[in-house]
Amino acid sequence: MNWGSLSNFIDMGGRGFYVWGSYLITLVCIVFELVLLSRQKSALWQRLTQIMKLNKQG
Amino acid sequence: MAFNLFKYSSPASFYPLAGKMAPLFYVLAATLAIVGLYISFFVAPTDATQGEAYRIIFIHVPAAWMSMFIYIVMAIWAGLGLILNTRLSSMMAQALAPTGAMFTVVALITGAFWGKPTWGTWWEWDARMTSELILLFLYIGYMSLTAAIDDVRRADKAGAILAMVGGINVPIIYFSVKWWNTLHQGASVSLTRSPSMAKTMLLGMLIMAIAAWMYSIAVTLSRVRLLMLEREKSSAWVQEVLEKKS
Repeated sequence: MNWGSLSNFIDMGGRGFYVWGSYLITLVCIVFELVLLSRQKSALWQRLTQIMKLNKQG
Repeated sequence: MAFNLFKYSSPASFYPLAGKMAPLFYVLAATLAIVGLYISFFVAPTDATQGEAYRIIFIHVPAAWMSMFIYIVMAIWAGLGLILNTRLSSMMAQALAPTGAMFTVVALITGAFWGKPTWGTWWEWDARMTSELILLFLYIGYMSLTAAIDDVRRADKAGAILAMVGGINVPIIYFSVKWWNTLHQGASVSLTRSPSMAKTMLLGMLIMAIAAWMYSIAVTLSRVRLLMLEREKSSAWVQEVLEKKS
């Protein structure tokens, strides 16, 4: 598929909003999931290591 | 030495294995997504009837497939946990749910973005769309139910029953386009007949679908590791893992 120019590529035959909108929303969903997961991970690690330290002191 | 699969059914030995496998699947997912996107935008031709708007299907179809497939796998794991009382099975079910829900959201939104230019409407209460929306509610219901019950074993059991009963919805989604005369079109790809689309379009879609698979496996492995740590925090192996880390 040869788009000819960048503006043709962005325009997507007049459907640019729908095509790029879909891809953008998908990207946002994936990034959201990954960020959430990584935040859960650091929160859990922090909590567990704190508990471990308290148990050692205990 | 025979490879002992059952060895990995215990969290203590699955935790490090999952940790090694997850990065591999992230890399595979990213690589396949790049190849798939290249084919989707630079190799696949313009569709004769739908123009360029059809390029949405390269994410819509894989996302819709994953939303249904993950649900089935989740229900099977939850069921295994219920019947066999294996710890890891219920954790796998819980680890899959958010990713399944994410793909359901993607399938619904990209479907709306495709529907508007193609059918002239963002949403219609047709059988396939409505049953896909119910799938999202099932995921949300499963996640809320398991999160709301403090006792982990009871949460697993309640969640498993919901997941399995809700499983009836998946064949409804899949066959909805056959059973009812809906707005949503029939399957473009089916196991029983040759696909009704150009080869390069199909190739792009399949590669994107495999990328979605790889992504799902990677994220689920990462998430199940957290669940294992959380649930088994007082066990010796988690203490060892924590000692090593700190």
